Amino acid sequence: MAKEFGIARARNRRIINAVFVGACGIATFIALAALVMILWSLVIQGIGGIDAKIFTMTQPAPGSEGGLSNAITGSLIMCGLGMFIALVVGILAGTWLSEYGGKTRYGQVVRFMNDVLLSAPSILIGLFVYGILVAPFHGFSALAGAVALGILAVPVVTRTTEDILNLQPNTLREAGMALGATRAFVTRKIVWRSAAAGLVTAGLLGFARISGETAPLLFTSLGNQFFSVNLTQPMASLPTTIFQFALSAYDDWRRLAWVGALLIATAVLTINIIGRVLSRESHR
Amino acid sequence: MTATTLPAARASGFAQKAPGATSEIIFRWACASAATLLLATLSGVVISLAIGGWPAFHTFGFQFLTSTTWDPVGEVYGAAGPIAGTLITAFLALLMALPLAMGASIFLVEFAPARLSRPIAMAIELLAGIPSIVYGMWGLFVFAPWFAEHVQMPLMMAATPGSWLETLVQGVPNGANIFTASMILAIMILPYMAAVFRELLLTVPAQVREAGYGLGCTPFEVMKSVTVPYVGQGMIGVIMLGLGRALGETMAVTFIIGNAHNFPKSMFDSGSTIASTIASEFAEASSPEHTAALIALGFVLFVITFIVLAIARILLARSKR
Repeated sequence: MAKEFGIARARNRRIINAVFVGACGIATFIALAALVMILWSLVIQGIGGIDAKIFTMTQPAPGSEGGLSNAITGSLIMCGLGMFIALVVGILAGTWLSEYGGKTRYGQVVRFMNDVLLSAPSILIGLFVYGILVAPFHGFSALAGAVALGILAVPVVTRTTEDILNLQPNTLREAGMALGATRAFVTRKIVWRSAAAGLVTAGLLGFARISGETAPLLFTSLGNQFFSVNLTQPMASLPTTIFQFALSAYDDWRRLAWVGALLIATAVLTINIIGRVLSRESHR
Repeated sequence: MTATTLPAARASGFAQKAPGATSEIIFRWACASAATLLLATLSGVVISLAIGGWPAFHTFGFQFLTSTTWDPVGEVYGAAGPIAGTLITAFLALLMALPLAMGASIFLVEFAPARLSRPIAMAIELLAGIPSIVYGMWGLFVFAPWFAEHVQMPLMMAATPGSWLETLVQGVPNGANIFTASMILAIMILPYMAAVFRELLLTVPAQVREAGYGLGCTPFEVMKSVTVPYVGQGMIGVIMLGLGRALGETMAVTFIIGNAHNFPKSMFDSGSTIASTIASEFAEASSPEHTAALIALGFVLFVITFIVLAIARILLARSKR
């Protein structure tokens, strides 16, 4: 009797386990299916619209021919400037956390705030930049957009830089110090240099993070129908153009929005993959 | 021999720079001020939102949080609708994403063959990198029409008039509503939560697991009684982190929630969130009062997400130690 009970119980446990493993497998499948479906729709809807005009012509009036060159240029300019800000501040801040004050109380506060900033809603960063750069100067501008993007990328760069520098062996630093070099000299010429691939990764991940950002640009750089490289004027960007076109009533605008979305997604995924491959190599 | 391989100039340059106390001070100062700049930015965000939103808080007081009237023409602003929309969509999204994220990460860490595990984990992480606006477009043009036709319509047809189901599923059958917005949000936070959860599971020492198996436990029992409790605190951290994401997500929600200021009455009712309201109205805000009300909304969002994220980070940091 007792033995039968034991067998039945063992079977039940096996069944429960099998159901559990199956459910986990299905969950993984659903996650992957979502990725595949989204990419699939992007390719189906967007690939047909890609031609030379996309890169050479500016955005059209509804019903006429055009491309996304002003939006692409604007995105590149603002993301580039934003990354410049983010790299300078992020690498220095990450270095401070790793090499100097990371273990102090203040260091812990900074790290915590950086983590909060890392996942803070990007639209709030947009409101902040609106408050300090747009409202006081009475005008939307590419510069404000770049600053907003920069602020969004800084925590990514800081975090990655700190992680990468922490991975550098201490013997490297000791060797430099033993030769009589200062801490700053060792950090710049030895630690940074040996972490170079990792620092590039930090930049790439930051770039991937901001290149698709839309919300903070809506009220900093606003958008621009025309080709403009003036940093003090509103500037077009791919995300804001997609937003405007996707919600419009015109079929040809919507088609351009899909093309834009495909371009951005491709760029972001490529940068992410390159970043990951590089960082795996630098971790070795 | 050594003297010829080591360039003399470089060697002497090294020696000259080494005692450079000035450059040391400058570099140290630059690093420290960059770190301080981070702190200043976050404080700046709080202060600027508080100042910018002050007129709205001052005029409407506590009513700003409890009133459902949002009327830019009459200059009356109450944020209860967007606040409710934000909380409802975020919690619904979490409810849908959590079991999937847990299942997927457990599968990848425990059951998947090593050769599959890495590429799948990377693919799921890539999903986290896709811009929000792409999710929004996909949600609005691909998912919403499908959902309206195959789920929403049949449900509305099936519901008997006057039943609780009818109240729950009433709405315009166009697929743009609170529920579909939550589903899109769930897809967006799923990879993020799965990635953090997977990292946590990887920190569980092999011996702890082996002890469970040694007692004759099935993998499910080891999971339930050993591994998951081991990372317990961190799990709550993962949940809060996902919640933080869902609360502040903007573009995808703006596309698919329907953007109506009412307090949502059913699952398939259109609604709005704090972030979607700011995104769709800010650039066109007609009056200073309207702008102030929107910034005040932003302040509310900041307070909510800051609390959630702070709890998440503290729990995660503790459990990784």
